[in-house]
Amino acid sequence: MTGPGGGASPTSDHGSSNILEVRNLKKHFPIRVGFANRVKGHVRAVDGISFDVRQGETLALVGESGSGKTTAVRCLVRALDPTAGEIRFHTETGKWIDLSDLSRRELRPLRPQMQMVFQDPRSSLNPRMTVLDIIGEPLLLNGMNNRNDRIDRVEELLRLVRLRPEYMRRFPHAFSGGQRQRIGIARALALNPRLVIADEPVSALDVSVQAQTLNLLLELQEELGLTYIFVAHDLSVVKHISDRVAVMYVGKIVEIGERDQVFFNPKHPYTAALLNAVPRTDPRASRTRIPLRGEVADPADPPSGCYFHPRCAYAIERCGTETPVAEVVDGERRVECLRVAELELPGVTTG
Amino acid sequence: MRTDRLLSVRNLKTYFLADEGVTKAVDGVSFDVSAGRTLGIVGESGCGKSVTALSILRIVDDPGRIVDGEILLTKNDGTPVDLVTQRPNGKFMRSVRGGEIGLVFQEPMTSFSPVHTIGNQLTEAIRLHERLNKAEARERAADLLTMVGIPRPAATLDQYSWELSGGLRQRAMIAHALAPDPRLLIADEPTTALDVTTQAQILDLMMSLQEERSMAIMLITHDLGVIAETADDVVVMYLGREVEQGSVENIFYDPQHPYTRALLRSIPALDAAPKAKLPAITGSVPHPFDRPSGCSFHPRCSEAIEGLCDIEEPETWRPAEGREVVCHLFGDREMAVSIEGRRS
Repeated sequence: MTGPGGGASPTSDHGSSNILEVRNLKKHFPIRVGFANRVKGHVRAVDGISFDVRQGETLALVGESGSGKTTAVRCLVRALDPTAGEIRFHTETGKWIDLSDLSRRELRPLRPQMQMVFQDPRSSLNPRMTVLDIIGEPLLLNGMNNRNDRIDRVEELLRLVRLRPEYMRRFPHAFSGGQRQRIGIARALALNPRLVIADEPVSALDVSVQAQTLNLLLELQEELGLTYIFVAHDLSVVKHISDRVAVMYVGKIVEIGERDQVFFNPKHPYTAALLNAVPRTDPRASRTRIPLRGEVADPADPPSGCYFHPRCAYAIERCGTETPVAEVVDGERRVECLRVAELELPGVTTG
Repeated sequence: MRTDRLLSVRNLKTYFLADEGVTKAVDGVSFDVSAGRTLGIVGESGCGKSVTALSILRIVDDPGRIVDGEILLTKNDGTPVDLVTQRPNGKFMRSVRGGEIGLVFQEPMTSFSPVHTIGNQLTEAIRLHERLNKAEARERAADLLTMVGIPRPAATLDQYSWELSGGLRQRAMIAHALAPDPRLLIADEPTTALDVTTQAQILDLMMSLQEERSMAIMLITHDLGVIAETADDVVVMYLGREVEQGSVENIFYDPQHPYTRALLRSIPALDAAPKAKLPAITGSVPHPFDRPSGCSFHPRCSEAIEGLCDIEEPETWRPAEGREVVCHLFGDREMAVSIEGRRS
């Protein structure tokens, strides 16, 4: 269960309430050109992000497409190898292990504790396998060799996600989108993980089914004491399910804090613009739009200074030259904005 | 307000007649679209909202057929033409498509040709409907791109669609649809593939273009938030049928059909209490191939009356001009009240 020499790191200041501590995580993809595969530059998909995940909480990762949310969580489960940084995981036995440089063999015993739920239940379930085999596969790989034991466990898991166990011998195509997503959730839960990473788990679902799935995820969290990292672009879903929110923009976390703080009193202009753009289901709601110019910056060639300054309504000259560093405001909130002290930004208004 | 009627769809039925049986994708839908107004069509997957749009343009793929109904388009001189009686590939329909009616699709990536430049495709659309030489058409194309807010129109004309970002591509798509100066713009999930920030830009653009040209817009979406922000009138569809119709205020502040009410309740609102259990609709949308008997929503409806909703198809009730509710509960107010009484 132990990593190599430098793998285990001492407990941090927050003590044992954290399950994961990410420090300065980077993932750069080389851009290769020509016959000789010369490296021309790098796409800085994730460019130095740090955050903690507390035991039992839901941390949401939000941002526009191309902001690096998916790349970041793929690095956490080592589906991608990070370029730099530390991913400190608090194991069941109370040890801190840095996952970032473990070999595949060293990772294997840790894998059951961290599982993923994917966005598209149509493509993440093998159409040629029955539900029993899909959910049973992680059990088989982790030593549950007796088929009857597996059937019992799959039955239990299907009940857990509110599906009828009689259906376990069917193939994924026989299920609706929402049911398929439940199968994906059951598979993720098969090995009793402590941390579940869900990458846009409800964005492919119909509105009515989305609500059922969110309810299920919240119930499971309570029943099983799960910790979630929840990647999403739909801010109303994030508001509903999360405890803390990290807002990403071009590979960086520009703001991270308690949900209510971030939603009602955003401190970064990008967070405010993102909240402002969400359509409200109230035709009479009047509001002033924060204009957001242009498009998401290119992570292969980000702008100078603050990456957000070309689109920011509050940018001043300094923003184009100085790179903002994370500043701590009201307790535990971290914001990367040069004007954080002077700006008053509108958040979500109630009523 | 409803005098300037541009398009009137009456009891439209589009069925897919396959070997294994008939799928009633659209089964009796009626609505009007007026100049300068936005009609929102909202529903979950499989409710027939896209097939409705395709039917209006007569581009439903085989084995789909319009089996009944009328699609009346008011021509410039005020006379109505029934599009259902026109040949799908005839001269008239071709002048309607991309002429009177412009279409914006959900996925601009697949609706542009990847081997022709944006300018190529725009000038082609312009010259199909107007006698202009290439240079003049190119100028018009550049004007269109400027109008939809593309920063460097001249350079964009020589680019391919895959060189543009999602937002710019959707803007180019709108420019393409507006090229022949249509009186009706049909937008099928125009912002679904986009980020919220880009979505806000595109919706603002569509609304301002509508104001300038007093164009009618038919906006098809599953997103109730988008409807609330843009639509004047709303049709709620479920499994190929209309369940409720009314002004946007009717639908959001006074929804009558249990489906509309449940749909509105099931979205987590930004200003709602966090982590509360969402009042979800049970089950999922059935395939239109095996539509439940009676009212198609009854198996998922919390207010369904046994022996009535599962057997008889509900009538359409019209409590006011432009307001329609298709539900047994609404029809018999007294019965509804007595049921309420029994439940509480």
